Parts: sequence; C-alpha cells; structure tokens
Amino acid sequence: MKERTDVLIIGGGVNGCALAYYLVKRGANVTLVEREYIACGSSGRNAGGIRQQWSTRENVRLAMGSVKIFERLDEELGCETDYRQGGYLILAHTEEEVKQFKRNVSMQKSEGLEVEYLEQDEINDIVPELNVEGIGAIGATWCPSDGHADPIKVTIGYAEAAARKGAQIYKYTEVLGFRVEDNEIVEVKTSRGSIRADYIVNAAGAYSKEIAKLLGVQLPNKPYRHEILITEPVKPFFTPMIISFHDNFYFRQTPEGQIIGGWGNPREEPGYNYESSLTFAKNMARLLTKYMPKLRHVNVLRQWAGLYDVTPDARPILGPVETVRNFIQMNGFSGHGFMVAPMTATLIAQLIMGEKTSLPIKDLSLERFKGEVVKEVSVVG
Amino acid sequence: MGEIIVCRCRDVTLEMVEKAIDEGYKTVEELKRKLRLGMGPCQGRTCMRLLAGILRRKAGLKPEAIKHHRIRPPVRPVPVGVLEVEAYEGED
Ligand SMILES: Cc1cc2nc3c(=O)[nH]c(=O)nc-3n(C[C@H](O)[C@H](O)[C@H](O)COP(=O)(O)OP(=O)(O)OC[C@H]3O[C@@H](n4cnc5c(N)ncnc54)[C@H](O)[C@@H]3O)c2cc1C
Ligand code: FES
Repeated sequence: MKERTDVLIIGGGVNGCALAYYLVKRGANVTLVEREYIACGSSGRNAGGIRQQWSTRENVRLAMGSVKIFERLDEELGCETDYRQGGYLILAHTEEEVKQFKRNVSMQKSEGLEVEYLEQDEINDIVPELNVEGIGAIGATWCPSDGHADPIKVTIGYAEAAARKGAQIYKYTEVLGFRVEDNEIVEVKTSRGSIRADYIVNAAGAYSKEIAKLLGVQLPNKPYRHEILITEPVKPFFTPMIISFHDNFYFRQTPEGQIIGGWGNPREEPGYNYESSLTFAKNMARLLTKYMPKLRHVNVLRQWAGLYDVTPDARPILGPVETVRNFIQMNGFSGHGFMVAPMTATLIAQLIMGEKTSLPIKDLSLERFKGEVVKEVSVVG
Repeated sequence: MGEIIVCRCRDVTLEMVEKAIDEGYKTVEELKRKLRLGMGPCQGRTCMRLLAGILRRKAGLKPEAIKHHRIRPPVRPVPVGVLEVEAYEGED
C-alpha cells in the first residue's frame, strides 16, 4: 500500500467513489479503501430512484443539484448509466398528507422546481393503470424531471473514471483503526498496512458509525434493513416511480421492463441484517396487486436486502467534526444517498480543496444534533 | 467465428467476461455487478458454472477460492398473485 495520500476515502459506495472522482478531477492525490468490492453495500442494492420532491429545503437543493449532474453524467464519466427522467408520482391518502404535500409543492416551486399538485381525478392522466380509488389515493404530487438511473452502473462508472484519472482504489482492504495526535488523525491502519493522509472521509454507509466509534466520535446513525424485489421484464407501460409514504411503498419499471420496488416494514428493528423475509415478499405482492391488479401475473425473480443508514432527522451528516480536525463525515443518507451522491460529493470535494461550496453545508454538520432539528418527513421509513 | 455466449439471459459473451477479468473484476460477485450476468430469469443456473470455470482458467483461481454467488429467493420465479396468498421456500 502507498505510504501517503492527500485524501483517504473509507468506503467504495456511490458516495465514496463519486468523491474520489471529483477530487482527482481537482488535482488531489486520492486513495479509496473498500472492505470488499465496489458497490457491494447499499449502493449495489437500491432502487435507483432520483427525486427532488422533499419536505426540507436542503434536500430539495441537494437533489436538484444532483439532477443537473445526472443529466450530463454519461458524457462526463464516459459510460452508460441508464438515467431516465420518468418522473415521480407521490400519492396522498389523507387530508393531513394533502396539506403537507401542498406546502411541499409551494416550497419546491420557490426553489425553481417544476412540480404540481394533482387532484384525484388527474392521477390516471400520468399512470392510467393505477387503481387510484382502490388504493385510497385522494391526491398526488408530480414532478416530471425526477427519475432513476442504474445505481451499480453509476457507482462503477465513478470508480472507473476516478481510477483513470489517477485515484488509487484498494479493494478487499478494511480500515481497522487510527493513530491520533493532537486531535488529528496521523495514520490510518488497514488490513493491508498503514497510510498517512491529510483528510480522512467517512463514507462507510451503514458502517460509518463503527468507523467513527474507533475515534471516539459518536454518530447518532442507526442501520435498518430495507428489502426490495424485482420481477421478470414485461412490456414497458409506465415510466414514473410511484411512491406512497402512507403504505411505506414504492415501485417503478426499469427501461427493460422489470418492476422493481420496496416496502419498509414499520416493525423493523435496527441492526445489520441482510436476510430476505417472507413478510416482505407477501406485503409487496399485496401492495403491487392492489396498486396495479394486472401485475398479479408477473413473475418475481429475486428479492434481497440492504441497509439504510438513518439519522434522527433523516438528513445526511456532511463535513468536519469538532473533536477530530481532519475527519470528514459523508454518511447518514437515511435511504436516499444514491440520488444526492453527485451533489454531496461535489460539495465535499469543494470543502476539502478549500473552495467555496456551491451550497451551504453547515446545517448538515454533526453538531446540529445538539439543538432542535428539522425532520425530513417525505421518506419511506 | 461466432461469439461465445456465457449468459444467455443477459447476452454476456466470453469476450466481455475476459475483458472484465483483465480490468480487475476477479470474483463472481464483482462480475455479476459489472456485467449483470447471472441476474436473468434463470438466476444464473446456466451461466454461473461457466463463469466459475472461466475464473479458474483465466484468473488462476482454485475452485475453493471461488465464492459462489448467493442465491436470492424465490428459488424459482413466482407470480406476484401466487405470492400474495401462498408461501414459497425461504426463511421468514
Ligand atoms: C432497498 C434499498 C432501496 C434504496 N432506494 C434508494 C433510492 O431509490 N434512491 C436513493 O437515492 N437511495 C436509495 N437507497 C439508499 C442508498 O442505497 C444509500 O443511501 C447509498 O447507496 C449510500 O451510499 P454510500 O456510498 O454512502 O454507502 P454504501 O454504498 O453502503 O457504501 C459503503 C461502503 O463502505 C464499506 N465499508 C464499511 N466498513 C468499512 C471499513 N471498515 N473499511 C473499508 N470499507 C468499509 C462497505 O463495504 C461499503 O461498500 C436505498 C437503499 C436500500 C437498502
Ligand atoms: S444464463 Fe445467466 S442468468 Fe440465465
């Protein structure tokens, strides 16, 4: 292993790989260590959804910034990422949701997002096959520039582009500990030897909490299993991601026609659990047939699980911490870390290179948990 | 000469596999993610054994060093409508 690097990134998920790319692009000497292989964690297990419709301004801005980058990403990375702007249709089932969604839409519009509130009888204009009354949807919000991409292609795309520009990527290399002097990490110990670095970035997804613990830094993040399934391909007939916070459920169709979707079990306990459950499969089947009765005949091919790295306000933790000066956080993505990765990686690269960040990130620091926090409510938890 | 297909479900050729191995993707799980082979309707039943053979030959891995890919449930494709009412093999 090399002896020294400017920036050492822990974790080869989409966030770590995107950061490696934006840093080498700016001329930094970058090393990334990944315990297994690129995209083995949540980045290789998610639904690829990219939405800008959030309830907090920070998340809307992060996502809108990312969408601008996604629009040109294939060209930038020299690969195919299957990015499509098929929109997101978010369903409201209660009067309370209607009120919240209308507030969200007006805030999102003030940020320049093209988004609209739909009455119940307008929902089928977007997806005719949706059983609007059967599922009890009374309204919806619709943003046509939301969409999806293939998360594995994006993650590998960033990693390969970073490597081509000179980033050193060590797979099958685990971070085991640190040597700290005067509140600064001076050396990182890995399963392949030690390395010195000016900055150390904690992008270890649901394991970031464990990394921080090695330094006596307490992150409030908790890992939660989230399950997902995919069907055989059927003729493409809808493009948006359809999502319901009320049913804790989302699904979309891939460009090849496969239906991919997930349901969050409200009774899930925190933990590092990757098992596939029958409870999940049954609930997905129940919801898919209720939402679109014709999906009854489609074959399920696979189900699997990944981890959400959840913070108390469902927003990421970005930037330095008070106690260890060169230890930068890039974690806590709470189930939406794929879509914001291009923008968060850009911001962290700017921060490390001493540039002005294109969005303020102070409000997303670890220190925010000392005071009152504003919770992101538009989540499938 | 015709192309040699390794994964019929996903149209992955021997040439694509060998190129990816040369680029450093040297395990079944990595090749699965890089090339999408093994993710078709047959769940890799046809191609995974071929892939293990290629890895053995090309990357010089011993059979015991090749971790086999994890079979993800359901074991065979199941219609959504059947799942809704019935159980299939798998843990809960
Ligand atoms: C079922 C499911 C569906 C989802 N759907 C969406 C969606 O539609 N849209 C969206 O935006 N997000 C979604 N997410 C969330 C998204 O997948 C994550 O937020 C995102 O992938 C996080 O990326 P990351 O790079 O931060 O972490 P990860 O991809 O988890 O990467 C962290 C890496 O760190 C490595 N690591 C851990 N410990 C160490 C160590 N000690 N040394 C070295 N390396 C280490 C791990 O091996 C791992 O590869 C979903 C998640 C799940 C589980
Ligand atoms: S032949 Fe490869 S998945 Fe079926």
